[in-house]
Amino acid sequence: MNNLELRKHANDVRKGIVTSVHSAKAGHPGGSLSAADVFTFLYFEEMNIDPKNPQWEDRDRFVLSKGHTAPGLYSALAYRGFFPVEDLVTLRKLGSYLQGHPNLHTPGIDMASGSLGQGISAAVGMALGAKMDQKDFRVYTLLGDGEIEEGQVWEAAMFAGHRKLDNLCVIVDNNNLQIDGTVEEVCSPYPIDKKFEAFNFHVINVDAHDFDALRAAFNEAKETKGMPTAIILHSVKGKGVSFMENSVDWHGKAPNDAEFEVAMADLLKIEEELAKEVEA
Amino acid sequence: MSDVKKIATRESYGNALKELAEEFPQLVVLDADLAAATKTGIFKKAYPERHIDCGIAECNMVGIAAGLSLVGKIPFVSSFAMFAAGRAFEQVRNSVGYPHLNVKIGATHAGITVGEDGASHQCNEDLALMRTIPGMVVMCPSDDVEARACVRAAIEHDGPVYIRFGRAAVPVINDKPDYKFEIGKGTIVREGTDVTIVATGICVDSALGAAEKLAADGISAEVVNICTIKPLDEEIIINSAKKTGKVVTVEEHSVIGGLGSAVCDCLSAKLPTPVKKVGMQDVFGESGSAADLVAKYGLDAEGVYKSVKEFV
Repeated sequence: MNNLELRKHANDVRKGIVTSVHSAKAGHPGGSLSAADVFTFLYFEEMNIDPKNPQWEDRDRFVLSKGHTAPGLYSALAYRGFFPVEDLVTLRKLGSYLQGHPNLHTPGIDMASGSLGQGISAAVGMALGAKMDQKDFRVYTLLGDGEIEEGQVWEAAMFAGHRKLDNLCVIVDNNNLQIDGTVEEVCSPYPIDKKFEAFNFHVINVDAHDFDALRAAFNEAKETKGMPTAIILHSVKGKGVSFMENSVDWHGKAPNDAEFEVAMADLLKIEEELAKEVEA
Repeated sequence: MSDVKKIATRESYGNALKELAEEFPQLVVLDADLAAATKTGIFKKAYPERHIDCGIAECNMVGIAAGLSLVGKIPFVSSFAMFAAGRAFEQVRNSVGYPHLNVKIGATHAGITVGEDGASHQCNEDLALMRTIPGMVVMCPSDDVEARACVRAAIEHDGPVYIRFGRAAVPVINDKPDYKFEIGKGTIVREGTDVTIVATGICVDSALGAAEKLAADGISAEVVNICTIKPLDEEIIINSAKKTGKVVTVEEHSVIGGLGSAVCDCLSAKLPTPVKKVGMQDVFGESGSAADLVAKYGLDAEGVYKSVKEFV
């Protein structure tokens, strides 16, 4: 898929995030928006999946270890055709299959998650299972940079490195913000790349919002044999919505009606610019 | 009694895993550097490629098992009860229980019969913890025969299962031709009319010993073996309580949240009956031999006899 198409899909995914969180009056837009491009890249280009057959045995797997950014994943799944985009507004509402954090009742979700540090272990288990059965599918998991303060992340990393799980790709969304402030202020996980290297990972640092860079990084991960890969995404929290960008306030808060209008106007402006690029 | 065959249920666990490996090729076993103690080493020796040592990292081990189950494996997570149910409780709750995954937890070294290691390793809380997780099957076998039956039943059951095994060798009491095991079914192992003793795990043998002593005093005790703490066989408990009017529960576990609480939950709602709970009375254990500890904490036949005698 060309980059322009990916950028258009990513902008749709962002609209879905803002719309669903606004509708829910709760949720986590900041980390959903910072990861919107990687969600888009994974589901529209990278992963071997079939929206018509979400349980296909040989599909690539994705575990959203930073489960609070479910609005981003749900939006990508909806726009990719796993379920109707119209259902995004049911997010977090009683009876909805779009729970506050992912569970197995949503088409396309491969693992329940949200309690930080746990998703990566499940992803490691899937990758190990694939190796044991000589299956070719790959396993991807996305973690927050705050999340990696959890000790279980490093238990999982140690095991994955030890077992040389080269079918595993750990992605860290390094937007530099967590609830109580910047990650350096709270309890610095830096240097993230050196830590994964020390756990016997191949490590790639990449601009989270550049599809050429993402493509190169994920290709490099696939070509890397004998060790798992960690891709550190250098991202902007709240990316795409002017007043949410790089603001810790938008970690876990929904926009009110007025803010929603501004956010959607921001994204519509991007959409119009992208439309012009097609014409050009 | 010295000629009675004795086997630790952790040994039964290791043996059963090995015995069932051919029949169930999806079966894999995980351990956290305790394969020698949990006895999964027996399986490892026969099937090294299906035994996964996760190192000393129980929380990650539970998550790995969750992932393995999602790609078609039937993983048995093995560690001491303290770490499997205690340390990794939230992983079991959120990564196994909530998504209702086909993960089995084989927890050994439960209760005070851990012995010399002392209170830090004597888990008297696991049944309570595991019982609170929706959809979790919780079993506590009384001997070798039942322990091996539990492992098979766990494999054949689709969903999360917790099985509690012990460190100390215990008498084989279910070695009978008509023995049949089913998840959620209790067994009357001795009939009686004056009092019901509901016991689980190694305390079933103590309850049988106590019933013998009570008989000498003219007290007829019915002994019910409850291997499955959850789902509880309410029918067998209610019917026995109807007959005797008095119930004593016996478990190598805290009296808070385990078998005693489960029986009280049932009877208070369906057939209010006086219940006495024998177990660890909201205290930690201590170092000592298993035999000395069960005697001190009133969980041997003599202790159970005294507790019942005071109650009836």
